[in-house]
Amino acid sequence: MLIRRKKTDDALVALGFLSPSLLLLTAFLIAPFVMAVVLSFTNQRLISPLPTQFIGLRNYARLFSDPDFWTALRNTVLFAAVVVPLQSGLALFLATLINRRIRGINFFRGVYFMPVVITMVVVCVIWYFLLIYPEGLLNALVRAVSFGKLGPYDWLRDRRLAMPTIILISIWQGVGFQMVIYLAGLQDIPRELYEAAVIDGANPWQQFWHVTMPGLRNAHIFVLVTTTILAFKLFTQVEVLTQGGPLGATNTLVRYIFVSGYRRLKVGYASAASVIFVLIVLFISLIQRKLFVEEREIR
Amino acid sequence: MRRTRHLWLYPVFILFALIFIAPVEVMFVTSLKRDELEILREMTSFRAFWVAHPSLENYAAVLSGEVLGGTPFARFLFNTVLIVGSIVAGGIAVNSMAAFALARLRFRGRSFLVSLVVALIILPFEGLAVPLLLIVNRFGWLNSYHVQIVPFIAHPFSIYLFYQFFTKIPRELDEAARVDGASPWQIYWRIGLPLSLPVIATVAILQSLEYWNSFLWPLMVTRGPEYRPLSVAMNNFFGQYPRYWGDVMAFAVLTSMPILLVYLLFQRWFIQSVVRSGLKG
Repeated sequence: MLIRRKKTDDALVALGFLSPSLLLLTAFLIAPFVMAVVLSFTNQRLISPLPTQFIGLRNYARLFSDPDFWTALRNTVLFAAVVVPLQSGLALFLATLINRRIRGINFFRGVYFMPVVITMVVVCVIWYFLLIYPEGLLNALVRAVSFGKLGPYDWLRDRRLAMPTIILISIWQGVGFQMVIYLAGLQDIPRELYEAAVIDGANPWQQFWHVTMPGLRNAHIFVLVTTTILAFKLFTQVEVLTQGGPLGATNTLVRYIFVSGYRRLKVGYASAASVIFVLIVLFISLIQRKLFVEEREIR
Repeated sequence: MRRTRHLWLYPVFILFALIFIAPVEVMFVTSLKRDELEILREMTSFRAFWVAHPSLENYAAVLSGEVLGGTPFARFLFNTVLIVGSIVAGGIAVNSMAAFALARLRFRGRSFLVSLVVALIILPFEGLAVPLLLIVNRFGWLNSYHVQIVPFIAHPFSIYLFYQFFTKIPRELDEAARVDGASPWQIYWRIGLPLSLPVIATVAILQSLEYWNSFLWPLMVTRGPEYRPLSVAMNNFFGQYPRYWGDVMAFAVLTSMPILLVYLLFQRWFIQSVVRSGLKG
């Protein structure tokens, strides 16, 4: 009797504790997700005098036959494919560099992390100034370093340079985040492992590959997956710096959704693009979960 | 031997420090230059890093709003602080409560709800923005503060961070409290919340960074300067022609200052928050 009463008590109390968040999550996370799926089969517009109609797979058909969509998808994948290894690699390099007990190390760590806390729009504004064509500071630097042989480059308006430039700015802003994760991972590796490796005659390079890298397994998974997902969400940098240009060279999936859903008011069509976007992110996250589960099973 | 090797590394440390500091330094210096022609003349050389006659006139112009179409800078700052502050404060209450129930109470469907929260972490906001725009438009919420606050209070990842923390508090603690006649609400308020101070700090820092930065959503739901946050105001001002770099940089400095200052004061906390989000995720 007593136990039963306790149980019902807990259920009621739990409902009280949970209802605010469940209500909000349902209204602003689950409902929009379900709606994205449903709307993607309709011709829904943001504001329209005509009634919404079910149009089957037509949005998807149009999406897949729109070259701009494929350009945006390709740019996004390309951005992720370059940023993820470069940024993670640089982060790991900085973390190993900084993982020592010497004077001023906290200062350097703090400086490397600093751009992470600067608002992305501000980061873009600063870099826009540095990249001014033809007389900006970066062009001056390139000219000085190359003794006047290289440049000036129109970093943000040259079709071939715009995306690499966005990539460099993104790495500059974000690398401190992954560095800090790797730093924590490095400090979790037991010292004895290195001592044992030294006794076995391992040189620093071998130590890195056979002790450090396996020891960072969890940090690797986390860094790779979060960086990949962040990369797929690329929007602010391209909206502020290039508006997706020149000629779509820096347009991304999120910006494609933004333009079709918000600027052109085509909610149904943008929902179809959103569904594709969510599916890609879900797929990446599932890979992460799978890797983490395997790790647990090994233990 | 070891010490000399480390000394050799200092130039590398300094080189990277310069890469991260130099652009920020240029922002500060440029914001102090009054003469636009001087800025354009000096941006090609090392003079871009130096200001001969510092002036606060750009700041005066931005703060008074005379270059911002009459809206003083403080308005945008207030908007952002209000929005981010409300999300963080509301989020700490709502998310910790949910996590407490999931971690400490026994009821049917508990494990289902835990896996639901974990599953929801993955959903990227960018993919929900357009249907959400339709919803808030039907509510008549466009161009307001709450449209920028309410959808972001409940946060699956924050619930998860709190949940992990609450599951680690020994059960004996609240069993003892229950024997003494404390209600679950009292246990949450007197034991759960005070103990979870480190998680509160982590959640507060991560959320503040995320929403101080938010750009896509306020771009979609704000019209005039009234409810516009700093990020969108910065972008609009930057897109205005003719563009006066001195004013733009003063705006940029003022926008990044609050978070930079907090970062300088609580650097350790910031970095720990990031680490905590990573190793547990």
